[in-house]
Amino acid sequence: MELEPVWQVVVTLVKIAIMIGFAMTVAAVLTWQERKQSAAIQDRIGPNRAYIPVLGWKLWGLVHLVADGIKMIFKEDFMPVGASRFLFQIAPVIAILPLIISLAVIPFGGVVNINGYDISLQIANINSGILFIFAFGSLSVYSSVLGGFASDNKFGLIGALRTSAQMISYEISQGLTIVGLFMIWQTVMLDKMALYQAGSIFNWGVFLQPFGFLLFFAASVAETKRAPFDLPEGESEIIGYFVEYSGLKFGLFFIGEFMEVVIVSMLVTTLFFGSYHIPWLEWNMVQSWFESMLGAGWLPGLIVAALMILVFVVKVLFFCFFQLLIRWTLPRFRYDQLMHFGWKFLLPLAIANLVITAVIMLMMA
Amino acid sequence: MLDKIVKKLETATKGAVLEQIPVDQDDRLIIDKNMIHQVCRTLKQDKEMDFKLLAELTCVDYIEEETRFEVVYQLYSLSNKYRLRLKARVAEGDSIASVSDIWRVANPLEREVYDMFGVKFNNHPALTRILMWEGFEGHPLRKDFPLKRHQAIVPLRMEIEVKDDPPYNWTKYQKKRKLGLDK
Amino acid sequence: MSDPQKDIEGKELPSDVMEIQLGPSHPATHGIVKLDTKLSGETVLDMDVSIGFLHRGFEKMCEHRDWNQNMVFTDRLNYCSAPANNAAYASAVEKICGVELPDRGQWVRLIVTEISRVCDHLVCVAASVMELGGFSVYLYFIQAREELWFILDKICGSRLTTSMSRIGGQAYDLYDGFEDDIVAAFAKVRQAMEDGSKMITRNRIFYDRMRDVGKISEEDAIDLGFTGPVLRSTGCDYDVRKANPYWKYPEVDFEVPTGDRGDNYDRYLIRMEEIEQSMHIIDQAIEKLPEGNVFIDDFKIFLSPKSETYNSIEGLIHHFKIIMNGPAVPKGEAYFAIESPNGEHGYYVVSDGGSLPYRVRARPTCLPMTMALPELCKGGMIADIVPTFGSINMIGGELER
Repeated sequence: MELEPVWQVVVTLVKIAIMIGFAMTVAAVLTWQERKQSAAIQDRIGPNRAYIPVLGWKLWGLVHLVADGIKMIFKEDFMPVGASRFLFQIAPVIAILPLIISLAVIPFGGVVNINGYDISLQIANINSGILFIFAFGSLSVYSSVLGGFASDNKFGLIGALRTSAQMISYEISQGLTIVGLFMIWQTVMLDKMALYQAGSIFNWGVFLQPFGFLLFFAASVAETKRAPFDLPEGESEIIGYFVEYSGLKFGLFFIGEFMEVVIVSMLVTTLFFGSYHIPWLEWNMVQSWFESMLGAGWLPGLIVAALMILVFVVKVLFFCFFQLLIRWTLPRFRYDQLMHFGWKFLLPLAIANLVITAVIMLMMA
Repeated sequence: MLDKIVKKLETATKGAVLEQIPVDQDDRLIIDKNMIHQVCRTLKQDKEMDFKLLAELTCVDYIEEETRFEVVYQLYSLSNKYRLRLKARVAEGDSIASVSDIWRVANPLEREVYDMFGVKFNNHPALTRILMWEGFEGHPLRKDFPLKRHQAIVPLRMEIEVKDDPPYNWTKYQKKRKLGLDK
Repeated sequence: MSDPQKDIEGKELPSDVMEIQLGPSHPATHGIVKLDTKLSGETVLDMDVSIGFLHRGFEKMCEHRDWNQNMVFTDRLNYCSAPANNAAYASAVEKICGVELPDRGQWVRLIVTEISRVCDHLVCVAASVMELGGFSVYLYFIQAREELWFILDKICGSRLTTSMSRIGGQAYDLYDGFEDDIVAAFAKVRQAMEDGSKMITRNRIFYDRMRDVGKISEEDAIDLGFTGPVLRSTGCDYDVRKANPYWKYPEVDFEVPTGDRGDNYDRYLIRMEEIEQSMHIIDQAIEKLPEGNVFIDDFKIFLSPKSETYNSIEGLIHHFKIIMNGPAVPKGEAYFAIESPNGEHGYYVVSDGGSLPYRVRARPTCLPMTMALPELCKGGMIADIVPTFGSINMIGGELER
């Protein structure tokens, strides 16, 4: 059955709230996790001082999130004298806006039957699918370039130049590595890709395209500008494109970077690791089991939806953990080595992956 | 070893060596300041002596003597594992040849001697102050420069009264030192 | 010097030379060196090094203080390896006096100098890797250095500014239980070095950043006055401990590692190997340590112990003279050099027989290397300046005294 338009709008708003709430919360929690995880790697304790005033709870350092937020809001927000006003102020906004928009096409669950209505747990089902994400992802390049350029600072300029070259190089590899998946599944729409990975674990993208997974993961980590690819913001060398930003503008850049980590994790999960599916478990059977237990109505559908979201969240959190682990282990590339890696190593391998996939498909047909 | 060196220097540069003082592991030669460049060039380029490393170039201010400054060169020969010290006296206002074309490390070291003592070096590529800021007046390590003198590069924010130490009276101080009563 | 603008014309698209200042306050220049670089894109065309931001007047102050009071100033020269500076200054003055320490004193000086060498090399490698982005290695090595600082703390009461030597001996002898502490500490140092080494030595990213970066040839290095690990990375094996041995170095058995290419990776490997060799030296020294005093018998130079002061009239007089006038150092001059972690660290001391020194000059070990940075960095990229600077081990206190 189809919902009435009014209810469709309400359901869409609920889905937006879930998605943005989840992404922003995880991005904020990642700032805490980065500090605690790096402390665990480096044999120290990490932040554990902030506490909630009346209750005295320390919550393993999670209160530091609130403390950091308050600190950033109250910092002095200045602009350097020679900076171009409009570009300087709009750069942090461009950092975060495309990322939030690209959350719209990522499915966090399948089609759930709640009380007879079919609701798909995806905000917008566009038929350009994943290309929508790539399009908006490339817009976020402008944030770093404009931020560095508008700062009237030579170090920021160097950072901006490096960023633009790096992002353009790695976007090409990022796109090409997935074309193998498009050929196998004959679609670019993300919910269909998630559906094709149902059933056995060997339907997952990582077993169909193991090489493509590695290349895509490397290119995506380079897109997020985190170590080992963080030369544009190399904090102990040149400071990079956000050298003149302070306060909440810097906070937006910062949260934008963690949101990119979350989105990369979501993409990897959706494309390669079965999205919301548990291997050999069909969600229809789960739903009918719940219906037999609790009777028809709202509840079984909602529980199934919640379970789908839970599976998806666990997988996303695992990949966030993995990206943070890489950051604290490896030193960073030099600029020309970065370019060499992107153009002379990743790109030919992506094309080779494509050709081999095509040949194998021809042979099997 | 010191005798060999003096013999070679006598043949190459006559009259340069004014005095030789052999001390265990600390041999010294006093050189005439006008011939220091030839002496250093001979010492470096001779295959047997081979003083390739200039370890130190500094200066001592003997304020009571007539030729006030003594420029000290500390040379080291890697193949012979031998240290040699050359000393040359320079009067105030006088200058001495620069050895920065023989050993490139002499460039910053001579700048420091100029900065701290005021000894000028001829043919130095860029004899400017290295430790003190450009525009500093005076040469700090001279014996008549007071220990505490106020000379700020940026004017003070507050109006406070700043006085120099009284000028350094070297002879009066020296009498106190001889009696050990300077504490 | 050639004009950088003319160098780039005709080679690339028409553009101007960008002048950028890696200024005095920069996290990677360890705070106090100003590098005026001229860049074309990312390539360094020319560089000018300005120092003098930390000049504190060490040499001037030494002329107004007693021989033993200057010991605290020498701590603050190379502040990562203070015991070595103290021992070198004390040995230089003892050379004027013509005295030599008893055996145990010389062994103790050797042991604390080698401990400070391990500390300095750990910090140098850790800081240079941190500036490349491998932050975890920095923390492992700093934790290892903590173990050694606990030991220095137990010997002399402070970790960084130790002031361990006096003219005529060491002020602090080793304590009971030193051997067990050293064994435990070295186990932790070796563990930290292994953990850190596994993360970076064969890591492709680290290797690419350091190999063939900051190269210099052996002749240029000697001409520019390099000493220490930077010179040994070019192939020349000049080590003061082997060339002109002092203290008890002829009686210990160790090797001096040398490189062959003169680049940053060689310096990194040499420093890691020198830490191992220093630990080996200390193990041998602890076995050979004899009994006895760590100071000389002549109490006109070294402060007499309280048993002498309180029980004999000569002791009392000597104590009075030393406290009021300082040690009786005769007229003369001397130059004494040791192999400090950075290179040849020598003191040229002139005494005129009075109670204060006439001139104290400390050889700035890292000055030749820092002023030769343009030679090391020209032709490279701006991102190469940082690991090169880190591998020189520029210590601000020593550079500018």
